[in-house]
Amino acid sequence: MTDHLADTDTTQSLAVRELSLCVPISGEHVEAVSGVSLTLKPGRVLGLVGESGCGKSLTAQAMLRLGEHQGVMRSGGDIFLDGKSLFSMHEEELRHVRGGAVAMVFQEPMTALNPVFSIGSQLTEVIRIHLDMNRVEASARAVKLLQDAGMQDAEAVMKQYPDALSGGMRQRVLIAMAMAADPAYIIADEPTTALDVSVQKRIIQLLRDLQRERNLGMLLVTHDFGLVAELADDVAVMYAGQIVESGDVRQIFNRPTHPYTRALMGCRPEVSEPGASLPVIAGQVPSPGSWPSGCHFARRCPLADNACLKPVAVDAWSDGAHQARCIHAEAKIPEFEAVA
Amino acid sequence: MTAPVNLLKADRLTKSFRRGGLWGSDVSHKAVDDVTFALKEGETLAIVGESGSGKSTTARMAMRLLDADQGSVYLLGREITSATGRALRMLRKDIQMVFQDPFASLNPRMRIVETVGEGLRVHRPEMNRRQRREKVAETLALCGIADEALDRYPHQFSGGQRQRIGIARALIVEPKVLVLDEPVSALDVSVQAQILNLLKKIQKERNLSYLFISHDLSVVRHVADRVAVMFAGRLVEQGPVEEVFDAPRHPYTKMLLAARPIAHPDQRTDSSGNGGLDRESVADSGCAFRLRCAFARDDCAGFDASIESDESGHTYACLHPLDRS
Repeated sequence: MTDHLADTDTTQSLAVRELSLCVPISGEHVEAVSGVSLTLKPGRVLGLVGESGCGKSLTAQAMLRLGEHQGVMRSGGDIFLDGKSLFSMHEEELRHVRGGAVAMVFQEPMTALNPVFSIGSQLTEVIRIHLDMNRVEASARAVKLLQDAGMQDAEAVMKQYPDALSGGMRQRVLIAMAMAADPAYIIADEPTTALDVSVQKRIIQLLRDLQRERNLGMLLVTHDFGLVAELADDVAVMYAGQIVESGDVRQIFNRPTHPYTRALMGCRPEVSEPGASLPVIAGQVPSPGSWPSGCHFARRCPLADNACLKPVAVDAWSDGAHQARCIHAEAKIPEFEAVA
Repeated sequence: MTAPVNLLKADRLTKSFRRGGLWGSDVSHKAVDDVTFALKEGETLAIVGESGSGKSTTARMAMRLLDADQGSVYLLGREITSATGRALRMLRKDIQMVFQDPFASLNPRMRIVETVGEGLRVHRPEMNRRQRREKVAETLALCGIADEALDRYPHQFSGGQRQRIGIARALIVEPKVLVLDEPVSALDVSVQAQILNLLKKIQKERNLSYLFISHDLSVVRHVADRVAVMFAGRLVEQGPVEEVFDAPRHPYTKMLLAARPIAHPDQRTDSSGNGGLDRESVADSGCAFRLRCAFARDDCAGFDASIESDESGHTYACLHPLDRS
């Protein structure tokens, strides 16, 4: 059996192991990510799904050791890049990892580019940080990267400023930038959320093509099951700081098992009868610091009983590589099923 | 049975914005061009489009938050395009708006009881403080917010709760029409479901009419009775939601529908090739969509954007409409 999340072998992977992170909330450090394990492997796309505040972005940022200057602190676990701990690396080494072996694409194509420099100068700068190239070589590579990112008139785009580009074009520039140093892994945090529907589709296709051609290991962080359905090979669902379910993308879509996953998939308007009432989860996501001691979802779960007051293991239920952090995973929950 | 009345009618609305061009020249840009629609009692009309399509500008003109350059708006049969002052304030009793961002649309320094009760001061001047407070509590309860909320401030609520408060604020004066501008776009999926259910429930109970502005086709399919599709300031297609979704006549609508997120990995298609081209250009003469349209022919350059209609009231602005399949 291959356990794609917590494979013990961490070579040839970007591997998060039992990671816990604390964030400062009114002067105190409060746990916001709790014992998360994930493995990114070359050629695979792992979708990390959850709603706001579940800890998915914090986890993704930690995979580049970002967020620490905002007070995010590791309280346990480790992250390994091809076997080497990110937390054993110096700042200089980390600079080479970021945008080198591990690249990133973020949600906001508007704010991630500097408005006062041309696309060409920003792109060549990134290339020259990571690769030993002179200006001319770097510029040629920049044009090639823009072409690979689907820019028809790459030469002209080089001379333009971010302001002159549409949202979709800017996201293409950022994707080109992420590819600058031939990364092995890419962290994409809501890469299409800010874009129009028709542009989204093309950016999804671009990401899929690049990922396949370059055999990238991709972490796709998103709230959108549609995006997961389009791109992911494997899925991990997060709720209140923990992974509650994981497995192959088809396993998750065909048989969502954790009550939270079932509710989340069932309440999508696209799978429900038009006009029908959508399934709803009672209550609200507990904020960090007020998580229950047992199952984090227990207070909102129709299946919860006294047994759920004790901590539940990530693989309390499993079927091959498909795991759910639930001791009542086999039970039916009619109110969470989509009215189809 | 009498035919349902048009509660809100927009007739040939047009709005241009000036953008300062280089060297002081003014460039005028038509944000909304000749838009006509009618909203019937108890129905939901969705206006869909991508950013820059003019859907929010249209909503704002319908609300009289923005004045049209040309065209008229009728509310309950009365022309309201030229209403000012007191008359304008009074018509807001019948039409209210819910905004996308519940964080930005609530005054952070006002307690919930004040924010939600504000409309009562204008429209129910006979009410005293205690009566207003009761009415606010009652309306909040309808929207799923408990009494304890009354004396709190907006920052003490989650996004979903703030949107409930925004809806309560719009409902308190008992309007007949709600204009909802992307009311669930800023919310998480599970919270979105709660708000959509709430809107449905209130609509039924109060026989409200919704003008629902959205870019999200799945949400529109779920909530709307009729849908109007906007592209580059124009209405390109309008009709009953199931007809427009199942048999679109305008190529732009078809393209939008094809770009919808898939619901299951088995629906993946393997189209690739750099993800296609970003042809985001809009033609400034003839059919605005013709530069991106797979069905465009020479005569599209001379198209006057006139609207065709079939028997079922399904309208479209296209010289070479797609077959009804």
